[in-house]
Amino acid sequence: MPNILQINNVTKRYSNHVALNNVSLNIPEKSVFGLLGPNGAGKTSLIRIINQITAPDKGEILFKGQKLNPSHVESIGYLPEERGLYKKMSVGEQVLYLARLKGLSKQEAKKRMAFWFEKLDMQSWQKKKIEELSKGMQQKVQFIVTVIHEPELLILDEPFSGFDPINAQLIRNEILELRKKGATVIFSTHNMGSVEELCDNIALINKSEKILDGAVKDIRKTYRSNTYKISFKGNVLGFTNNLWSGGEVLEKYTEDDIHYFTIKLQNGFTSNQLLQAALPTCEVLSFNELIPSMNDIFIMKVNEENNVVGTKSDYTE
Amino acid sequence: MKKIRLIIAREITSKLTNKTFLVMTFLAPLLITGFLGVMIKMTQSEKTEQKVLVIDESKLFIDKLSGNDYISLSYSKQKLEDAVEQFSDKGYTCLLWISPNIIEGGAGAIKLYYKKSPGFAFQTYIKDQMERIIYENKLRANNIDPNVISNSKQSVKLILEKVNDKGKPEEQSSFGMFGFLTGALMFFFIMMYGMMVFRSVMEEKTNRIVEVIVSSVKPFELMLGKIIGVAILGTIQFVAMGIITIVLTTTLSSIFLKDATVQLQQFETQQELVKKNGTNVNLNQLEKFDDKLELFDVLKKINKINFTEVFICFILYFIGGYLFYSSIMAAIGSAVDSEADSQQFITPVIMPLLVGYFIATKTIIDPDSNLVFWGSIIPFTSPIVMMSRITNGVPLSEILISLSLLFISFIGTTWLAAKIYRTGILMYGKKTSWKEIGKWLFYR
Repeated sequence: MPNILQINNVTKRYSNHVALNNVSLNIPEKSVFGLLGPNGAGKTSLIRIINQITAPDKGEILFKGQKLNPSHVESIGYLPEERGLYKKMSVGEQVLYLARLKGLSKQEAKKRMAFWFEKLDMQSWQKKKIEELSKGMQQKVQFIVTVIHEPELLILDEPFSGFDPINAQLIRNEILELRKKGATVIFSTHNMGSVEELCDNIALINKSEKILDGAVKDIRKTYRSNTYKISFKGNVLGFTNNLWSGGEVLEKYTEDDIHYFTIKLQNGFTSNQLLQAALPTCEVLSFNELIPSMNDIFIMKVNEENNVVGTKSDYTE
Repeated sequence: MKKIRLIIAREITSKLTNKTFLVMTFLAPLLITGFLGVMIKMTQSEKTEQKVLVIDESKLFIDKLSGNDYISLSYSKQKLEDAVEQFSDKGYTCLLWISPNIIEGGAGAIKLYYKKSPGFAFQTYIKDQMERIIYENKLRANNIDPNVISNSKQSVKLILEKVNDKGKPEEQSSFGMFGFLTGALMFFFIMMYGMMVFRSVMEEKTNRIVEVIVSSVKPFELMLGKIIGVAILGTIQFVAMGIITIVLTTTLSSIFLKDATVQLQQFETQQELVKKNGTNVNLNQLEKFDDKLELFDVLKKINKINFTEVFICFILYFIGGYLFYSSIMAAIGSAVDSEADSQQFITPVIMPLLVGYFIATKTIIDPDSNLVFWGSIIPFTSPIVMMSRITNGVPLSEILISLSLLFISFIGTTWLAAKIYRTGILMYGKKTSWKEIGKWLFYR
């Protein structure tokens, strides 16, 4: 798939620190791309450069093969992490104003506003001032102004922070729908749960450098560690004898006469052999592979980069 | 360009629908008119009716003190104690007691008893007459004819005439007070609209909407749109205020100053007459306008002012001065998170404006000094100082130089401000310092 955005060796410096150091990324068209990293890693700096709010000190950015230029802002929708609207302006005026700043004509902006207001059931708010709306309502308005010009590229900085669960779900659905229609979505987040569910590709940025990128499923495959969790009833001693040197027990505990083992297979031992070790002496209740979540990979990679040793990562099922 | 238009339009409509803004537009002309009214009122003497009962124990003043339209005098031989008790019951406003030994002087020789404070003008009126009578009495006592003395006195009038390089007289209305007022008004306007830009920028920053907007337009476009929007708004407001003030003052002056204008004309024809015929005119036949001279002076000066010139210069200097300062104000608004933090940045910006204001006060007493001249050329103070000079007649070349300098420096301040603004609007949570702002100038 062609790339909608190519970021080549971008460096951004502020007086006392480097925000981005030689970062290169490719963002494929019609995908959901996760831009991950701890706070202060440089995600927002990169997003601002893509939005042409600031310029890079070095490097270049290509939008659909063209060098980024002011006309591209009309093809980009941006929901910043720090959100806000004019408090004293009415909802309708505000949406129209922001839509027209994105290059829509007055008529077109009105038409699309009517469409969105109907879709999200907020026609009655049009004359209200923003300060009269609840937080949740304001968030909906904020979302509409981000997508009203039907951008090809949608950039959402921490989209789920600050949104209540109902709005978050709504936005999740809208994002998936927009992608279906052909939009590319860049997510910047440190909320890993949403990444697994929504993103096709990710890039991990830490301390202003890219430390990992690729398709989510490939990355998770790379970080498979041949670890399984098995639970059974019966003879623990028999099981460990049969297992012998085929696997290292990472964790074990017993609850209500049920034994839980987390085992990392070694020496070419297969999952079938692990099962066979248990079957003669025990009644197997459950058995599954533990694949590292993006959260685990995130923490592992960041700690690796920061040279933190001895932090044990948790595995989730 | 289309986007800048949108920003300008929003800036104007959002303020035009603001109640405070509308109230201000109507209130300010009222205040200005009121201020002018008070000034004119102060030049006119008070006319409270006074009925004076005189007990003259020296017998020196009997039937010699004269009253006028609103002062009437009656003499009595009552005892002082009784008179003090009764004078107000009998309808007198005050009681004048003159001691028998007044001619020998001494404190407490004359006393004025009153219930309601008599005005200063009235006191002077009575005092002057009595001094004159005593003076003439003493002259006569020494066998000197008072007429000889009074005929030997001659008052001298200093006529100021400004000449140009060729020695030709130059039209000048040295109405320093008016000049100062326009200068002060300029100070007020630049401050007001500068602060409006400052608030508008800070509002967008603290609302956090600014990041959404700068993802659609360049920060420079946003800043420029804002500044131009407020400039248009300011001009609209200024013109509206101007029209309201003119309507108010002309209606009010046609009501309250009608007599004065007619009298001024009379006074001027009389003066012409005296100029032409010299002392052959019987001065006693002429009406006396002694108490109105000050008012006439003000009216004459007002008539001499070239209001079109003042108006055009005001608009030009307002636009120039406003643009110069508002871009700095925009930069400051972008650098702070709250109004509380803004003081340390606003004060140094207001300083040059205040200096301009003080130089403007100097124009009243010394309009052609070097300080005033340079103040009216240097862009930091020129809008205020030049306006205060303008009624004294400023050569066009000086106005042009000063205006061009102002507009060139505006480009400079805007360029610098844009650099600060671009970085400032996206800086949160950090307390900004001048040093920090200095660094922003070098960001890409």
